[in-house]
Amino acid sequence: MSVFVDASSKVIIQGFTGQHATFHAEDAIAHGTQVVGGVTPGKGGTTHLGLPVFDSVEEAVRKTGATVSGIFVPPQAAIDSLYEAVECGVEVAVIIADGVPVQDMIRVKRYLAGRQTTIIGPNSPGIITPGACKVGIMPSHIYRRGRVGVVSRSGTLNYEAVSQMTALGLGQSTCVGIGGDPINGTDFKTVLQAFANDDETDVVVMIGEIGGQQEVEAARWAAQYLTKPLVCFIAGVSAPRGRRMGHAGAVIAGDADTAAAKLDAIEALGHRVVRNPARIGETIAEVVRETGGPVPALSV
Amino acid sequence: MNIHEYQAKELLRAYGVPTPPGEVVYTAKAAARVAQELGGSRWVVKAQIHAGGRGKAGGVRLASSPAEVAEIADQLLGSTLVTEQTGPQGRVVNRVLVERASRIDREFYLSLFVDRVSQRIVVIASDQGGVDIERIAAERPEAIRTEQVDPGVGLLDFQCRKIATAIGLGRRAAPFTRLLKRIYRLFRDKDCLLLELNPFIETEDGDLVALDAKMTIDDNALFRQGAIAELRDFDEEDPKEVEASGHDLNYVALDGDVGCIVNGAGLAMGTMDAIVLHGGRPANFLDVGGGASPEKVANAFRIVLKDPNVRAILVNIFAGINRCDWIAEGVVQATRDQAIELPIVVRLAGTNADAGRRILDRSGLDLIQARDLDDAAAKAVAAAAGRTEVRVP
Repeated sequence: MSVFVDASSKVIIQGFTGQHATFHAEDAIAHGTQVVGGVTPGKGGTTHLGLPVFDSVEEAVRKTGATVSGIFVPPQAAIDSLYEAVECGVEVAVIIADGVPVQDMIRVKRYLAGRQTTIIGPNSPGIITPGACKVGIMPSHIYRRGRVGVVSRSGTLNYEAVSQMTALGLGQSTCVGIGGDPINGTDFKTVLQAFANDDETDVVVMIGEIGGQQEVEAARWAAQYLTKPLVCFIAGVSAPRGRRMGHAGAVIAGDADTAAAKLDAIEALGHRVVRNPARIGETIAEVVRETGGPVPALSV
Repeated sequence: MNIHEYQAKELLRAYGVPTPPGEVVYTAKAAARVAQELGGSRWVVKAQIHAGGRGKAGGVRLASSPAEVAEIADQLLGSTLVTEQTGPQGRVVNRVLVERASRIDREFYLSLFVDRVSQRIVVIASDQGGVDIERIAAERPEAIRTEQVDPGVGLLDFQCRKIATAIGLGRRAAPFTRLLKRIYRLFRDKDCLLLELNPFIETEDGDLVALDAKMTIDDNALFRQGAIAELRDFDEEDPKEVEASGHDLNYVALDGDVGCIVNGAGLAMGTMDAIVLHGGRPANFLDVGGGASPEKVANAFRIVLKDPNVRAILVNIFAGINRCDWIAEGVVQATRDQAIELPIVVRLAGTNADAGRRILDRSGLDLIQARDLDDAAAKAVAAAAGRTEVRVP
């Protein structure tokens, strides 16, 4: 099964002919993703990477049957591209751009009410179901198909955790980067709910950071409803208050926003927390052993 | 991005929200002239810095003659104001706002902010003006009224009336509603994250006036807020952070001795945490971002090295969109061109990591390579402490 994307996902790339879009579309195709085309307004009718380019998402979806869109468009135009994708009824839209105004996301969330599209991002590394589908900017070669579900805000911390897991023979079902902004298209709790219902996921890892209460809320939900073990790391134990740490959402506004407070709250809810970012892989391996694993990393 | 009180008040006035008459000045002489022009018998002189707590720190003072206005301005201008929000180093006052003093009948608290929990713009009001809202929230939560704004329809009249009634302005509900809706429009039009009027007052004449204003704009929206982007006051920021942002690097100065050059905000924080776990202290947060060229890496070294406390540098890269070979070239270039003598620990992983390590090996430079995050943090902490051996935490 996996969550949100799998081998049957038909992916288009908005901003297809751009440099990063091209690089990651090639990487995605090489690792099994069904990329069926792309959109670059004004370049419709041409081909890129041997795939058709369309002027609009509407045309791309009509002619390719695309179900997922990767939006590789600069932040100033990303939200318009997102509306276009949602209007065309794609199931999943992934926004990579860092720099989307937060009030635009407030409007997006309101607009999404009653619509079916799942938005991943913005300010996100994307989503990958190893060997089946990647829509994002992550280095595919570090991922292995397996049974650990990973959800993080940050891209690079996701890579760090995954490489530790892969080195220990622990593969991943799906890795979702919800993004580093204060308002995310899909939040931690929604991703945990998807993993809860996924028969290919045995263990879930949540990698959060300072700022907001989303991780704690998700952990509270998980304490009640998630029957799979949850391992959690929160970055920024050493971060000062009131300073934005790179991500628009990574700022400590009050006592409850600190990494230590969130880790304590999540631990008190009965979940396993990791306080050293270098030990995320080991901790998952421990949890797998305790729960009678093994979680095989199915090589792809 | 924060802007000054006087700038926020100019914006409020442009939207039809009354503020006390006043003008910003840079000299004591101009302060006296402005007081004379404003007329009246009492004036307020307010230090303009991007930090709260000015009142308690002596940065907001009353005067009863233009001469006294000049005297206070003279004392404040060029002085360093230390408030509970500036940190011990304080902020230098370069400009003061001179206003005619208001005759206050009642003070209220009023703010709008982007609430990440409800994912809405939220209005908060209280009849306890001029006080820290966190304190009211802790001591008298019932004195706070909040209203969430549905972005589909905007702030509605009935919500404004509810707030007016809750804070004791029920009789003045109509003019309050008009003002609050203007404030909301300003907040929305200018991509604010926070607009705090504390206090918002009713004068003895019954006028509703924004006596103080604090405004934070969304950095991500500055591309469409050209006029506001120009209000940025570089004197209010750490010069290293200003330079870093000019190079498209995300840098935050901290007070430790291990300089950090990392890609990605999450890993940059994780790296700082790992340093602390190994008994060290990070000197900074630095995210080189995606697609970092050798030149960008060299600029990162330049900025990190401006901090005299740095005793060792840790380069930690997990490349996705980045390329480790480019990073490695940047490290070699910087080490040579900048003649760096401090120990440099490098950990490369992800895209083109092998190529990157080969570049480091072949450089002949005395670089300390690390195999993973733990190893990198341990080696960097040891190097900063002048040790060659690594201690297991």
